[in-house]
This record gives sequence, structure tokens and C-alpha cells, in this order.
Amino acid sequence: MRVLRGVALLLAAAVVPTLASAQTYPSSKDPRNNLKPGRMDAGTTAKNMKLLSFSPKPAQFDTVRGLTFVNSDLAFGTHYVYQANFAGFQIWDIADPAKPVLTSVVRCITSQGDPTIYGTLLFISAEGAGNRNDCGDGGVQDPKDHMAGVRIFDVSNPKAPKLVKNVQTCKGSHTHTLVPSPTDKKVVYLYVSGQQAARPETELAGCKNGTDPADPTNSLFQLDIIKVNIDHPEEAKVIPGARIFTGLDGAGECKQFCEPVSARRAAAGGRGRPAPDPAMPTGPRNCHDVTAYPDQHLLAASCSTHSILVDISNPEKPFRISALADSNNFQGRHTAAFSNDGKKLIQTDEWGGGTGPMCQASSMIELGGNTVITLDAKKQQKQRAYFKIPSQQTAEENCVSHNGGLIPVPGRDLYVQGWYQGGVSIMDFTDADKAFEVGYFDRGPIDPPKPVDVPSAAAANAPPVRGNGNVIGGSWGAYYWNGLVFSSELDRGMDIYELTPGPELSANEIAAAKLVQFKQYNPQSQPTMTWPAAFVVVRSYLDQLVRNGGLATERTSAIDAALTAAEGKSGAARASALRALALQVDKDVAGAKDGARVTKMASEIRRLAAATK
Amino acid sequence: MMARRHILALSALTLLAGASSRAAAQGGMAGMDHSMHKMGPDIVIPKGALYTKADVEFMQMMIAHHAQAIVMSRLAEKNGANPQVLKLSRKIDQSQMPEITIMQGWLRRYNQVAPDTSSWHTVRMEGMLSDDEMKALENAKGEEFNRLYLVGMIKHHAGAIKMVEDLFKSPGAGQEVDANVFANDVVTAQTAEIGIMRNLLAKLPPK
Repeated sequence: MRVLRGVALLLAAAVVPTLASAQTYPSSKDPRNNLKPGRMDAGTTAKNMKLLSFSPKPAQFDTVRGLTFVNSDLAFGTHYVYQANFAGFQIWDIADPAKPVLTSVVRCITSQGDPTIYGTLLFISAEGAGNRNDCGDGGVQDPKDHMAGVRIFDVSNPKAPKLVKNVQTCKGSHTHTLVPSPTDKKVVYLYVSGQQAARPETELAGCKNGTDPADPTNSLFQLDIIKVNIDHPEEAKVIPGARIFTGLDGAGECKQFCEPVSARRAAAGGRGRPAPDPAMPTGPRNCHDVTAYPDQHLLAASCSTHSILVDISNPEKPFRISALADSNNFQGRHTAAFSNDGKKLIQTDEWGGGTGPMCQASSMIELGGNTVITLDAKKQQKQRAYFKIPSQQTAEENCVSHNGGLIPVPGRDLYVQGWYQGGVSIMDFTDADKAFEVGYFDRGPIDPPKPVDVPSAAAANAPPVRGNGNVIGGSWGAYYWNGLVFSSELDRGMDIYELTPGPELSANEIAAAKLVQFKQYNPQSQPTMTWPAAFVVVRSYLDQLVRNGGLATERTSAIDAALTAAEGKSGAARASALRALALQVDKDVAGAKDGARVTKMASEIRRLAAATK
Repeated sequence: MMARRHILALSALTLLAGASSRAAAQGGMAGMDHSMHKMGPDIVIPKGALYTKADVEFMQMMIAHHAQAIVMSRLAEKNGANPQVLKLSRKIDQSQMPEITIMQGWLRRYNQVAPDTSSWHTVRMEGMLSDDEMKALENAKGEEFNRLYLVGMIKHHAGAIKMVEDLFKSPGAGQEVDANVFANDVVTAQTAEIGIMRNLLAKLPPK
């Protein structure tokens, strides 16, 4: 058996990677199949990525099995990585990313702990029923001690974070997303997604479960909003939420209540308000996650059956623009990301909730992956390509698409994300109809295979089900930040990766991505990526034209040579050479297969010429 | 099929020693069907545990609940379900099978009795189909199957959601993190599926 597996691995390794143009799933030859199991000594394999450092989970978070002490999401600021855990958070100093230093560990039972950093404030989501105001162990004995909402920590001294405020919300906070006020630099809003039913009024005043989505007193069908003055976080408070779910029972078109309705008219049962459904409406009433793109005043909400696009021009009065349900494959919506131009969306589907092994050879391909959605001029959504990692993961590996963010390669839409024990994967969705994988890092399962021990009483013809009580692990989220990829591993710790060049990702593209730097980065509050004028930016476009055959080879070679010559000059001579090259490239547009990219390259050459002094 | 079911039911009885002889009349989770059978020895909750008897019973009963949903779903192909119903039935099958593994893992981690999938023969929880309803579903073909499956599964899912509601109403229950996450995931997934099933049901030709 061992010998056979070794042979299979050798064969797999011998397969020359080809330029992927379409998703093939699942591949029996993927190098990620059959990696050696182990918690700290698992087999690994990678493509276009290299592990730079691994930092194990600190002892404070490493005591029992199950989800109690798993790591969750990441936030980034200056030279710190804020890594949340179901039992608190840890702050890593990554000034030397090859040797991260643990700055502090805060024990605070707070599942799931979704983090956001803003200035010196760290916001942490609290949802579980066992979370207490005092962060303590032992569960909630008295309901008045229950904390469900957003905790605010002052991390101005990263060695000694201080809990400043617990903001309670009716549905708790599974995740939250920060949106800065467009008018007041001192104010930020937190859009809070709670997955639970509303708490009883006896526990938190003003909370009510109801079946009428338009009823402004109904806490259930609402996106909760917290308003924070960053100079006075202790005064943070819940403001009226957004009723973005009204009228979504069914096909998902926006037929009514697409814009805000005044509470007074709604409460008075005024015109335009639908009669309350006697049964619970079947449309969404919560989102799992919302992703803001503040520069474009947009919010992409991932709400159960629906992908909902929301206008956040006024963050206190968000309203729904459009909604799209996957009526074909019944995918659930988990997390969204915008393309940098805001014209595309990714929606992930966390089929199985993250704890199930949904990437096995037998798993349905149409569930548990990413859907690419395009937005038209009226911001209506259209479903396009679908992507799932092509490897065959084992029954011991919880696996499904999970959190990620963009990699700033000019001219391409790249999304790096965690797939739990499916590892970290990079998807190219430049062509909305042809998403494909350009890189990955994966470890073998934490647990070895277990004997078959689930009787197949319900499974007359199905294969026996293997495994019980597997350790839940893998990458919760993987994000590109200032030149490196960071992954939060639930069970093992934190990984930092470098991108490495290959046929589908060039050295110039990697170098161009490194030019995009953010002092702080919260992946669910997307910043606009802009590139300074640079040779590597121009060369990224040139590499892409070579790769996709978008311009004749003799022309790409000539442009390459001209760029090298220009780079060898300096000052006015370089600027002049670049201007001359831009004129040449203008003429290439007409005959090129990818004229749009050639045009973009010409404008980048001009920008470089203008920036040359 | 029938012979196989009898054998499995028998093995379930052997596995859950004394299960059927001691019918539940000893309290437990609110909303539990009175015909429910105990899962084995009395549940003992260690001092200082973050979970309660209600959590243990929830996990034990939900295994049977899920198992019946899987049995129902695996009829779809043979009984000529339409492509959408077939796809949904596969989704439910592939979703709930690993969830059973998660529940069994949870119970074993805490040294509690972990029922196997055959327990659905002896346990009747909220929303579960009766023996007669199961028989009708097994015998239904085409449109009749689509209808019975969707109606039955909507009821089944609503029952699971009720079980979670009852769990959270039970004092101190639902606090252990894995149980909390699992119970919330059940509500999220099955609420969405009820919506999908209501839509699929509305698309079926009138009876």
C-alpha cells in the first residue's frame, strides 16, 4: 500500500503542469492527492508559492480538540498580524516575516472572533452562546453575563491589549465589516452579520423574532449596524439596521423595498407594505458575511441563498440594489469579494459549514466552490464561471471554499483564499467565464485515515463512510498583504508564503504586486489597488500578452528589447525612449488579438515616461 | 430491501443494548416525541462540563433525524425524481452524511453513546416521517415522488429547526462551541433548503 502510494506520488510529480485554461475536476493526478498525514509533519506540495515561515499556535490556545481553540480570521496593520481565535486573539510582529514574533496572546472566549483593525482599535465578533462579558471560561451561568455582538479592544500597546467595550446585538456577530464614514474621519460603521435567532427580550431589551421582514421592530430580518466614534469607542452603539431582505422570498428579483422605507410609514401599515406572511418567509434573514468596497460605495452581501448588492453611499441607510439566487445548484453564499474595478464579484459557498470533507472525489462539484458574478451598468448581477479546487481531498480533511482576498497583479484578477484542509489556492478570474487555478499550497490531513466505523444502514448502495471525530483544521483565510500571503491555520498556527514565478505567474507580475502597499488591511473592507508607474507594471502586461498570445511574438520581443534599452538609459533619454515606444505600441492595437491589453500597456508606458525624471 | 432493513434494524437493537425495552418516559429535551426510545445508558454529565443533557440528546436524536433524511434522499434516483429534485436530494445526502460523522465524533469525544445511522428505525423525532409515510415515498414514482419527497423533506427540515430551537431554549444548552456552531449550521442550511424546496414544489405540475 505504502509502496503503491509512493509510486502514485512519483507519477503525479512527473506530470508537467500545463497552462490551465479550464477547470478539470477532480483530477486523479493532482499532487495534492494522498499527501502524508500529520499535524506538524504532514507532507506538503506547492505551486507558484513557497512557505516562508510557519508559526505554531501558542500554548494558550492549544489545549483541547474541537472548535473551542481554533484560529479564525486575520487583520493586518503596520507590522502586525492580528490573528483571531475562538478563545481570543494573538498579535504577531512580522517585521521579519521569516521569523514572526508573538507579541501578545489575549485569552477571551469569543467564538468565532472575526477581527478588524482600525487605527489602534481591534474589533472582535462574538456569537457563541457561551461567550461572557468578562471573557471568562465556564460558560454563561446568568443570561445577563452573555456577550453576543462586537468586542472593542484598544491595542495601542500591542503587548497589552485592553477590552474597552462590549457592544451587544440581538443576533450576535458571526462576522462584521468596517465601513468608514465618507464624511466624518472620526466615525466608522460596523455592519454586523449574526447567524443566530434574535435573543430573548429578557436577555437584551428591544430584541424580537418575527416573520414580517418589513416590520422595523423585527430583529431577525435585518443587517445590524454599530456606529463607533474612534476617539470614544466606549460610546459605540447600535443604530437602526438595514432591512435589505424584504421581498426576497422567491426568485430574488428586487420587486419591492429596494430602497429604504421610512419606519413610520411601515409601522403604520402604510401603502407598499406587504401583508405579513403567516409562515416564516423562506428568503434570507441573515448574511454570513458582507464585503464592503467603500471607494465604490458598494457592499456585496453573502446571505444564505442570495448574493445581495447594497448601496452604502450613506452608511447609515444602506439599501439593496440587486439580488441573485443560485436557483440551479442551490449554493449557499458565504463570503464575497469585488474585482478591483468593481465590475465582478466572487461569491463563495461554504457547503457543509467548514467542518465537513466536501472536496472528496465523490463530492458534488457544483457545490462548495466559488461563483464569479458580473455586474452590468445597472448593477444587476449575472452568474458566470464556477470554480472548485481540482484536487481530491480525503475524508479526513474538512474542505470547502473559504475566505480570501485579491492579489494586486496589474491586468489580472487573482484571488487567494483558504480552503480549510484543501489548503491555500489562487484563482484567476480575469475572464469571468473561465476561472482557473494558478497556484496553491497544501498539507496532508491532520488525521490519518480511520477504519470504517460508520455502519451504512442508510447507505444501501453507497460506499462505507470513513472517519470519525477528525480534527478540524486547515486555512480559515489566506490573504495577500504587502508582498506576502498570510494564512490562518485553524489547528496548526500561521503560515506566511512568498509567491514564486512559473508559467502562469511571472516574476514581473509578482514584483508589480509588491508595489501595492497598505498600512492597514481588512480583507472584508476592500481598498482600491493602484500601482505606481514602473517597468515591472508595463512588463506585467507584456508577459500577459506573451502568455495569452494577445500580440504577435515578433512585436512582444521587440517591445521587450525596447523596454530593456529604455531601462538602460536615464532621465530625459529614458523618457524619450518610452514615449517613442508608446507610439509604436499604439500602432499594435489594431492588429492585436487582445487590443484592450495592448492599449493598457501603451498607457502604462506613457505613465512611466511621465514619471521619469 | 425489506430483508436488509430488518437485519439492520436488528443490528441497531443489538448495538443500542436495551434501547427499545426502555421507552423514554424520563424527561429530557422539550418537544421530544413520546414514542422516542432511549439511546442507551443514562446520560451522565461530568461536573464542570460546558454541555448539558439536552446537548447530548440533541446530538443523539439528530443522528437518527439526519439518517432518515439520507434514506429518503437516496430513493430519488431510483424513483425517477426530476433533475432539480435529484440534485437537491444529492445535496442533502452529501451534506448530512458528514454531519452525522461530526455528531458521532462529538458524542465520542465526550464519552457519550454515539448511535449509528440505523437508529432512525427506532427513533421518531420532530418532523420525521412515519413508517407509512416512508412506505408511500418508497413506492412513489416520478411526479408523485417529487411531491412526497418535497413535502416530506420540508416537514423534516422544519422539525430539525424546531429541535435546534428547543435546544437553545433548554437552560445552559448550546454553549459548548462545537454544539453551538453545529446547531446554528443546521438552521442556516436547512432554512435555505426549505426555501428552495418550496420553490421546487411550486414548480411541479398541479396534481
